[in-house]
Amino acid sequence: MTEIISTLHEFFQFSFVRYAFIVGLLIALCSSLLGVTLVLKRFSFIGDGLSHVAFGAMSVAAVTSLTNQNLIVLPVTLISAILLLRTGQNTRIKGDAAVAMISVGALAIGYMLMNIFPTSGNISADVCSTLFGSFSILALKPSDVRLCVIMSIIVIGTFIFFYNKIFAVTFDESFAKATGVKAELYNTLIAVITALIIVLAMNLVGSLLISALIIFPALSAMRLFRSFRSVIICSAVVSVVCAAAGILLSILVSTPVGSTIVVADLAVFLVFSLISKAVRRSVK
Amino acid sequence: MSIQIACKNVSLGYEGSIVTEDLSFSVSSGDYLYILGENGSGKSTLVKALLGLKPQISGEITRGEGVAAGQIGYLPQQTVVQRDFPASVREIVLSGCLSKSGLRPFYTAAERASANAAMERLGITGLAKRCYRELSGGQQQRVLLARALCAAGKILLLDEPVTGLDPKAQVDLYEMIGKLNSEGVTIIMVSHDVGAAMRYASHILHIGSHKQLFFGTAEDYAKSSVGRTFIASEEAENDD
Repeated sequence: MTEIISTLHEFFQFSFVRYAFIVGLLIALCSSLLGVTLVLKRFSFIGDGLSHVAFGAMSVAAVTSLTNQNLIVLPVTLISAILLLRTGQNTRIKGDAAVAMISVGALAIGYMLMNIFPTSGNISADVCSTLFGSFSILALKPSDVRLCVIMSIIVIGTFIFFYNKIFAVTFDESFAKATGVKAELYNTLIAVITALIIVLAMNLVGSLLISALIIFPALSAMRLFRSFRSVIICSAVVSVVCAAAGILLSILVSTPVGSTIVVADLAVFLVFSLISKAVRRSVK
Repeated sequence: MSIQIACKNVSLGYEGSIVTEDLSFSVSSGDYLYILGENGSGKSTLVKALLGLKPQISGEITRGEGVAAGQIGYLPQQTVVQRDFPASVREIVLSGCLSKSGLRPFYTAAERASANAAMERLGITGLAKRCYRELSGGQQQRVLLARALCAAGKILLLDEPVTGLDPKAQVDLYEMIGKLNSEGVTIIMVSHDVGAAMRYASHILHIGSHKQLFFGTAEDYAKSSVGRTFIASEEAENDD
């Protein structure tokens, strides 16, 4: 035990480890807050879809050798998020199909561009690292950390400020509209902060695993808790704890950061499911 | 008795296609209006127009004081999302107060008190901390009624509220709505249950495909040829 602590202590001497820790926890917190809403609105896969869009945009940025990738990635993802979430209700292509279509389309275009205009010798390593996050989280610059902190504050602040509205719009959009709540506006707001989180989270777990950060804490919390507020709080706690455990574990046993976090989330989900089954049985 | 909503020669529909036209009727305070009609006769379009979510193609809808768009308590049909939604009864009832709160991010003490009063009125105070998805269908509808009362105390618009409830719960809900009506709340009920309409309604609006078939008091409806045919056909269906 003391050995583990001293190893961790040693690692935390490095600024890149501290950066990764801060960014990881913030992103986990943000994604879990929105996750509850997205899961309940039946948009669990929006994380997947949007992150593939971000992947496509990223490869465009790489090909045109833009130094600041976020200049392209952020706006493209934002626009896709708004289009997806707003047209979800009354379009010819239904929500899940639209998400799937945009997701695989962007993935294909991104991969194709990276192959036609290779920027580095090892394409499959490039692709693999954008898809699975790999170790780019351990190569964060102070400016990245600053950006992440600012974005997280915006996301968390918006969520708290509009908490009641987000609840009303998620629970019953037609009632909210009928009583004069601007449901469209809040849906767009949810879309915008979802896109922000996804662009941020791509560094952490990569675009294939983002859905896990969004849905696992929410699903785990819904197993055990019964009011919206307690589900949100539990989901946030679970997500932060799993992210912390995942990052520490990945340092200790040198596993990939992203997938370790996701495995931790999965483990918590299984434990919570078992507890909820046991509780239900004892009630009966 | 003051007129709360009056429709004059109103036509409704979507771009290029008219769903129903020439509707003329009015609702006064304390009325219990049933809007009857087959599926596809434009009931839900009319609901949207009454709520102010959809402009009419032609004609005029006038609204009295306190019943502007956004001030009608609405009980929508249940959605799939709600069936497994983790939310406490109190959270849902409170969300009815939201329309009055503007940009304010939290509820005031007055709003909390009005939510408590609404729960008291519907006899669900004991359920306040329970989870919505674990309640029976009838209890869920009471919760949504309490929420509608928080949003608007003067007039409620209910869209097929008894669908999916067992007969006992249906009767309970009708009794509850009747009680609210006798306390002075105007009720507009969209339904195809003509039997309940004859029992509870003070006025009836019957819309057929594309046009208004009847508007008047419930007694007149029972005597009218439209009413007699519809009542007979529904009874025959129920006997099957």
